Amino acid sequence: MRTVRAGVRSFSELKLTRKLGVVLIGALALSSCNPTFGAYRGATTQGKDIFSLYQGFWYTAIGVAIVTFGALLFVVIKFRRKNDAIPVQRHSNVPIEVIYTVIPAVIVAVLFFFTVKVENRVTAVSAAPNLRVKITAFQWGWRFTYPNGASVVSQGANYPQMVLPVGETTTVTLVSQDVVHGFYIPEFNFSRYALPGFTNYFDLNPTKVGTFIGRCSALCGLYHSEMLFSVRVVTPTQFQTWLSQQKAATA
Amino acid sequence: MTIAAESKTIEHGGASHNGEPTGMYKWLTSTDHKVIGKSYMYTSLVFLLIAGSMAMIIRAQLMSPNGHVVSQQMYNELFTIHGSIMLYLFAGPFAFGGFANFILPLQIGAPDMAFPRLNALSYWLYLTGGTTMLLGFFTAGGAAAFGWVAYAPLSSYTNAPGPGPDLWIIAIALTGFSGIFTAVNLVTTAFYLRAPGLTMFRMPIFTWSMVVTGMLILIAFPILTAAMIMLYCDRHLGTHFFTVSGGGSPVMWQNLFWFFGHPEVYILALPYFGMVSEIVPVFSRKPVFGYKGLVFATLAIAALSTGVWAHHMYTTGTVLLPFFSALSLLIAVPTGIKVFTWIGTMWGGNISFKTPMLFVIGFIVTFVMGGMTGVMLASPPIDFAVHDTYFVVAHFHQVLAGTAIFAGFAGFYYWYPKLTGRMLRESLGKLQFWMAFIAFNLTFIPQYLAGLRGMPRRVPVYLVQDHVTFLNQLSSVGAFVTFLSFVVWLVNLWVSWKKPIAAGDNPWDGHTLEWGTSSPPPHHNFTSLPPIRSQRPVWDANHPEHADHLNHELPKKEAIRR
Repeated sequence: MRTVRAGVRSFSELKLTRKLGVVLIGALALSSCNPTFGAYRGATTQGKDIFSLYQGFWYTAIGVAIVTFGALLFVVIKFRRKNDAIPVQRHSNVPIEVIYTVIPAVIVAVLFFFTVKVENRVTAVSAAPNLRVKITAFQWGWRFTYPNGASVVSQGANYPQMVLPVGETTTVTLVSQDVVHGFYIPEFNFSRYALPGFTNYFDLNPTKVGTFIGRCSALCGLYHSEMLFSVRVVTPTQFQTWLSQQKAATA
Repeated sequence: MTIAAESKTIEHGGASHNGEPTGMYKWLTSTDHKVIGKSYMYTSLVFLLIAGSMAMIIRAQLMSPNGHVVSQQMYNELFTIHGSIMLYLFAGPFAFGGFANFILPLQIGAPDMAFPRLNALSYWLYLTGGTTMLLGFFTAGGAAAFGWVAYAPLSSYTNAPGPGPDLWIIAIALTGFSGIFTAVNLVTTAFYLRAPGLTMFRMPIFTWSMVVTGMLILIAFPILTAAMIMLYCDRHLGTHFFTVSGGGSPVMWQNLFWFFGHPEVYILALPYFGMVSEIVPVFSRKPVFGYKGLVFATLAIAALSTGVWAHHMYTTGTVLLPFFSALSLLIAVPTGIKVFTWIGTMWGGNISFKTPMLFVIGFIVTFVMGGMTGVMLASPPIDFAVHDTYFVVAHFHQVLAGTAIFAGFAGFYYWYPKLTGRMLRESLGKLQFWMAFIAFNLTFIPQYLAGLRGMPRRVPVYLVQDHVTFLNQLSSVGAFVTFLSFVVWLVNLWVSWKKPIAAGDNPWDGHTLEWGTSSPPPHHNFTSLPPIRSQRPVWDANHPEHADHLNHELPKKEAIRR
């Protein structure tokens, strides 16, 4: 009798190890193929940081989902009613309760650690940026003003285009002249509110040449959905040429 | 002293026993908690159907990138009132006005609420408030169109002129007062009118949830009502709480609103968690697992929820303290305790999957999914990427609408026999569940992906090059089928009305005191009470050999063999 029990126990231990192994191998396989989980990989250094944090949260979520949904599926199948018996009236099990309190607490502590790390990197504002752009949001458009006086502004149905140099640091000064707007570039994985009476500063370090859609994310009235713009990221030399041309055009 | 005086008032002040009014007159004049509870429930379900119909128009508009079902102005009004009804007029009042009103006094063996007339006032304020909000559609300028959060200065008189927004503000203030009164009433009832033997730690989890929710309401709702009055003063009396030109601050509105708004999320959720904590034990034939842990988890959620409001404001750049992120992440711990407690209750049980239990399983699945994306949103950098997109829309519909609909219908199917003395049909109930469960997730899982592709919320049109058209079509089809599942529920109600099947006092082998009286309960609820020696007096009476107060923990080996 005893030996049988011991055998059963070691078998279940084996199963547990195998399960853990499957989870670990699954996580490794996932990280090696570097899945996006539906998000953009980020076209700025900040966006990339945010993307890898997002991936980390997903790996955690998958682990939690396997345990939670696995346990739920198990009880639903194993303990479904087959007879009219009254089961053992168990009220509590303190060690188990401690385990399911402590493990989630440890998980969120780890998530918090990485959150703070990435948050500090993403919200850091450079003391000496290569470029400063002032962005003014209004109902229903955008104005992008460059240090030399050049500016681009929404006009009628034409969506304005902000031009940024690749590989350089741009510090954005963001304000609103009427209601709350949201400056949002999906492929940069970034948005920040444009507030009336409060100025926001943040850095963008584009890593990829190309044109990206931008839009207002915060409800700002009737034409909120049409408050679009685009961002064109070019090489620094192309940027300088554009800037001087744009200055001439603005003047 | 006051207690005795109060209960005397109930004896003489309520509807008289002989010559008791009937029909419409009864519904209009009653101070009976059971009548008011039912009024709350059916009124809020009508609001659910109204808000649901609005959602159908919204989803029809989003079937194609440039939909022309409604105008942009009408679209903004529809999602504003849809959200406002769901949050202020359905999810809260259904559970806290409806279920709590009907069930809580029964669960603690009380004859009625502590303040029956205040209870009636709550209901009439709520109905008046709700109607006032809908009246906005009949004004020349239309209803409020600034979203259910009414961000200043979009909600100022310049940006939102006309009486529609004013009606919205007044409606919220009235509903706010209604909620405060109900909270005072329920908390007092639970503290002072418990039957002899029913100590605090013998209160059912449902009652505990309502007590904690009541305290949260007393913290959060006065802020909301005050903020509404400030907004009204800004609009009409020349004050400058939220206008920059007068030295005010628009972000101030967001702080006030979310200081109410985040506790509100738990005000909406905790009552439903309470219902689930009643249903799981009954259908598993076991006591709730880890009762005290569950009570403390409920208290912890309430405490933490008052310190997380700023996670709605990360992208304002004004509140980037890691503090808010830490507390928001931490809420996952007590919430996780609840989920594991429910699974622990089922573990080793003898589970019957009647309609209420099916809805509970559906609730747990959607809630855990929404909870995991909620943990992502608690992290400011991830929030920067998806704030105000459909990712957030999908998240809060899974946690809030999922909770209110799945746990709400679980509760409805569970307590309907007690409410009416009739059973609902199992076959129709199961059909409704499977339709709702599949369609609900078909509606919201694609919305996560649309949000990650960059689709912002509150837009009537979107770009073809965003590649979200197919996702939106899936979502719309899911929404239409979800709505049809409510039609199945209406049919079920109608069938149970026309061809009643008598429920008996205790159709589910329930544990708590409400199952120890007739269905529906008589005037003042009980003709006699069973002895209360544990959290489950009715179970103890029906299963004396397994009664809780015997406190028999079987030796481990026998436990395994059952």
